[in-house]
Amino acid sequence: MKKRLASLFLLVSWLYLPQLVCAEEIIMTRSVLAFPEAMLALQESIGAHGYTVSRVQRIDIGLTGMGYKTDKYRVVFAGKIEEIRELTDKAPQLTAYLPPKISIFAEGEQTILVTINPQVYADIAGDAVDPIIFTHWESDLRSIFSDVNMAR
Amino acid sequence: MDVHMNSTIVYRVNSMRLLVGIIFLSVSALATSAPRGDELYANHCAACHGDTGTGGVGVPLSLPSFLESVDDDFLRKTIRYGRPGRVMPAFRALSDAQVNAVVSHIRGWSGKPAPDFSGKPVRGDIEHGEQLFASHCAVCHGAGGEGGKGTGVTFSRKRNLPIIAPALNNAGFLAAASDGMIRHTLHFGRKNTPMRSFLEEGLSEQDIDDLVSYVRSFANGEAPPDRTAATVTETIITAESPYSLEETVENLKGAIVSQNFILIRTDTLEHGLATEGEEDSSEVILHFCNFSFLFEALTVDPRIGMFLPCRVTVTERDGKVMVTTINPLYLSRLFNNSELDVFCKEMHGVYTAILEDATL
Repeated sequence: MKKRLASLFLLVSWLYLPQLVCAEEIIMTRSVLAFPEAMLALQESIGAHGYTVSRVQRIDIGLTGMGYKTDKYRVVFAGKIEEIRELTDKAPQLTAYLPPKISIFAEGEQTILVTINPQVYADIAGDAVDPIIFTHWESDLRSIFSDVNMAR
Repeated sequence: MDVHMNSTIVYRVNSMRLLVGIIFLSVSALATSAPRGDELYANHCAACHGDTGTGGVGVPLSLPSFLESVDDDFLRKTIRYGRPGRVMPAFRALSDAQVNAVVSHIRGWSGKPAPDFSGKPVRGDIEHGEQLFASHCAVCHGAGGEGGKGTGVTFSRKRNLPIIAPALNNAGFLAAASDGMIRHTLHFGRKNTPMRSFLEEGLSEQDIDDLVSYVRSFANGEAPPDRTAATVTETIITAESPYSLEETVENLKGAIVSQNFILIRTDTLEHGLATEGEEDSSEVILHFCNFSFLFEALTVDPRIGMFLPCRVTVTERDGKVMVTTINPLYLSRLFNNSELDVFCKEMHGVYTAILEDATL
């Protein structure tokens, strides 16, 4: 029976594989909301998914302060402390890439969000880390982006 | 004994039914679900091209003059091959049915049937076409057909200028555009873009054929390259420091300033994540920036927040102090932007110099 179930799992995996490999390495979404509302929706969704926003880097403030004209542009850092500790412990080469971040910037009256697909981190971590964590991250990020995309 | 055997048989039969049922449902679900162009567009295209194709980081696909001058084969091949080095990715994993669904969705904005261009190659005078290109096209498309600079209205384009001149020498463009399509665009131009009708500009039909032949001569006969393949395997730049963690941090501050960057702040990796006072002090991050460099990079690609702000991480484990940065060359392939590659190369040099300075 176990063999049959394993065969079934492989078959179903094979059937759905084309959808899985469609995953792009940069994940983007667009929100029809203006920047402040989209930023609020993003931070709320990050919290609702159990992550902590550790910092918001205000890129536009720095640029404007130096005399450059720019639209709103922020980088939001977020993570779960226990996961970050586990990853930096098992795969120190990931330290330079953590915590994960999301870029959010205004484009006219709308807002764009961009992030690296966490599967890229799996490549960096190699065999030292169970890649399931990055699958979870990708799922959560897509859900967060969907929340912001759907927010009105 | 008989009761046990009977229940085992019933269990196996039920399990087999379950197996067959799941397989049937999986196969039938895949077989009957025709791809939805609107959903695929929303998931893969809207972030750059806008929900209704009005453009942004990507070109405005719903512009009537654009849809009137490109056929469906051009759209299909553009999705399939992308524009290597010009941000537009190649969607190689989409099925033909999915690509067709996206094309139908885009075509639906025009409310008109797709144009039908002749598939015959245009035969013109390449040398004469080269002369015409230099005098009529190079000002927008570049001397070698390399296209306009930058992307994204946010930083590099005025909002009343929806199109950056395409790179005519791009392998993706040349694979997607037929001679007939290029000739049509030269004949009629694209209304509401800087692309003019060159018949109205005074060129003859033969002149235009010569131009088409010159543009076609950019092709080298090779398939558009897959830029997503990792050519750089080093994911980080790293160096061991002979100094203590505190000394290394101080060295880094000096090295950062000597590279004309401004130190923004120094904190722990866990800052904002761990409870204050419980942060691991053996992982320190220095954040820094050169705003001129940043602004130029943003005009080339507004998606570069993933690199921001510039940072060096210092860690101490088992008495060993290591200094680490991301490798911009490793990440740059993700962006499919050859202009950004130049900045990544420069930043790789800056990171390397900072690490060397601080750990010497």
